[in-house]
Amino acid sequence: MPVSGPSIRLQDVSRRYATVRAVDGVSLDIAAGSLVALVGLSGSGKSTLLKMINRLVEPDSGKIFVGDEPVDSIDPHILRRRIGYVFQNIGLFPHLTIARNIAIGLELAGETEGSADRVAELLDLVELPQDMASRMPDQLSGGQQQRVGVARALATRPGLMLMDEPFGALDPVTRDNLTDQYKALHDKLGLTTIIVTHDMAEALYLADRILVMKDGQIRADATPAELLSGNAGEEAEALVAIPRAQAAHIIALSKRS
Amino acid sequence: MTGAWQQALARVPELLAAHVQISVSALALAMIICLPLAIWAARSPRVAAVALTVASLIQTIPGLALLALFYPLLLGVSALIGGGISAFGFLPALLALTLYALLPILRNAVTGLAGVDPAVKQAADGLGMTSAQKLYYVEAPLAAPTIMAGIRTAAVWTIGAATLSTTVGQPSLGDLIFAGLQTQNWTLVLAGCLFSAALAISVDQLLGLIERGIRERRRILAWAGMAIIAAGLLIATLPLLITRDNVVVVGAKNFSEQYILARLIGSRLEAAGYEVRYRDGLGSAVVYQALAEGDIDVYVDYSGTIWTNQMQRTDVQPKAAMLDEIAKWTSASHGVKMLGALGFENTYAFAVRPDDARKKSLETLDDLARVSSDFNFGTDVEFLERPEWQMVQDIYPIRFKTARSFSPTFMYPALASGEVDVISAFSSDGRIAANGFVILEDPRGAVPSYEAIMLLAPKRGSDDKFVAALNSLTGAITVENMREANYTVDREGDKKTPTQAARWLNDNLRE
Repeated sequence: MPVSGPSIRLQDVSRRYATVRAVDGVSLDIAAGSLVALVGLSGSGKSTLLKMINRLVEPDSGKIFVGDEPVDSIDPHILRRRIGYVFQNIGLFPHLTIARNIAIGLELAGETEGSADRVAELLDLVELPQDMASRMPDQLSGGQQQRVGVARALATRPGLMLMDEPFGALDPVTRDNLTDQYKALHDKLGLTTIIVTHDMAEALYLADRILVMKDGQIRADATPAELLSGNAGEEAEALVAIPRAQAAHIIALSKRS
Repeated sequence: MTGAWQQALARVPELLAAHVQISVSALALAMIICLPLAIWAARSPRVAAVALTVASLIQTIPGLALLALFYPLLLGVSALIGGGISAFGFLPALLALTLYALLPILRNAVTGLAGVDPAVKQAADGLGMTSAQKLYYVEAPLAAPTIMAGIRTAAVWTIGAATLSTTVGQPSLGDLIFAGLQTQNWTLVLAGCLFSAALAISVDQLLGLIERGIRERRRILAWAGMAIIAAGLLIATLPLLITRDNVVVVGAKNFSEQYILARLIGSRLEAAGYEVRYRDGLGSAVVYQALAEGDIDVYVDYSGTIWTNQMQRTDVQPKAAMLDEIAKWTSASHGVKMLGALGFENTYAFAVRPDDARKKSLETLDDLARVSSDFNFGTDVEFLERPEWQMVQDIYPIRFKTARSFSPTFMYPALASGEVDVISAFSSDGRIAANGFVILEDPRGAVPSYEAIMLLAPKRGSDDKFVAALNSLTGAITVENMREANYTVDREGDKKTPTQAARWLNDNLRE
């Protein structure tokens, strides 16, 4: 499948909250079709950076481009309909069936024709059984709900997916499953994906490029392999050290037994 | 079923329809105001704070006062824009009830909209919903059960408070309650209460059905509830669609004599081919203005009331000269025609128990002044504020030990039982003679004359058929007959209705 996602460019983008510089002069190029993880501690500015791309947050200064288009030249709601957005709290509409939740983007775009087929296709894509279509959100488990969240974001065939700690609230097994499946989906659909996470192990596993943020700035920008080799700076090293130590401990344990 | 119930029930359909019209209009208007305001408030905390504070403040004003306040307010507005606004009947009632319904609807709508899960709102934004789409797809449906609960509360309040709109001339089930209270006809009071309660409960249940339909996403329930309400509304408003000519409105203040005289006048007009409506229980301040504006066509007032309240006079003139001046003044200032005096007087008269009158040899107000420091005074709710009381005090040195206000119904028993020692009675009231009370004379003429006079709205003054129908009532009612008629309505046992008393009065007119 060829790449369908756009490239992203940020030019000297800043955003303050009161006296705090949430994002501080970030410039960045993201190639079309890449899966980029944005890693950092709480308050490092990674979520703000993500939300500036679909204009849920407006930058104080700087320019952001999706493809060749500056995002501030597009109406926010039009821009957002072209970008898939998935976040930790999911936000399924509790009064609508799963089918209508998934199809709501099509409804907004006026593409109601064939939406039942599209819902069926999307349920397959996120590996949910077809009979989920008629259920209400509160009848689903957390993992199933987030699969619906992903399906809803993909319904209008966006090229770009913005994911804000999408699997953060799920149990480890479900989370691992979903991470795997999303990576496959990303490749299959040729998407550009930016995923915010505080879990370095997830980032190392999932992404082909990892950005480490601290105090609103990008402190490391490397592939997983480069990060693991220890050449990406001390912030990156501090984050990599945790899964590395855990892995070493587990290996040691399994050798002993 | 007894005659009293039959008589009460006969008036219910018309009043119930009017009650539904005014309540539903007020509720609808409140919703039209509140729902957009709540949407604005949900997006701006400052708007929410201001709107809720104002609505809460309005709620602290007693319903009766709120209604009364709209009367001068609308008169002022009407004067400002050069007339055309009626300060009487539907409009003031609508505005007051609407204000009353604001708080529950607004508070619940703001709470409901603010209570929508932020994650759901973020998802809506992330999907690219516009503000309007977010409202339509997400916020409105999720807040709907809370909003409906507020509308239910407002509906019950409004239907209850609508009974008070009788006092500004809007017909409602309150007509039964106020008339019943005045004439001690408890069947009438009970009928008014029962039907307004039944209406409130039915509407609440139907709105509850709609609320459940929305909450459980069962459209059939919501539609069924709405269909029943729409059907009820249609039945209630159907009479409005049939326009009638020749309908005249007879006004009455809030006591038995007024009810009786209104029926007497009404029966004459019916005989002359007019279709007659009654507006009972109107406040003294409202009724003259309503006549001048043409909202009612005819009513009976008293010369002294017009003299002191409308003309602001404090001098005392002989009866004939006073009537002359009143006729000139009403005609010149409002185009109101004074048709003539009915022939009896209903003045403020100080009444004492016969044993006191004998033992303390009380005959005149001078005698009363002598013993007043030992006497407890019972009076109606307005007398102490009226110019007549000032005029009496200016001439006679009366200083009572205490003064208490009663509704007329309870004033006479209070004197009889010794709870008070003197009352400001009405001279045509049948309960004076029935209790053997002694009326004290006013040798120095402190109290102006209170001849009963028929007043006609401007457009009826030149309506020859109308004038001819009522002309024969001039000078035809003696004070003895008026007392007798009043007593048959006011007494405890074997009560007559105002209509029956009016019929008796009609058979006993002075030729």
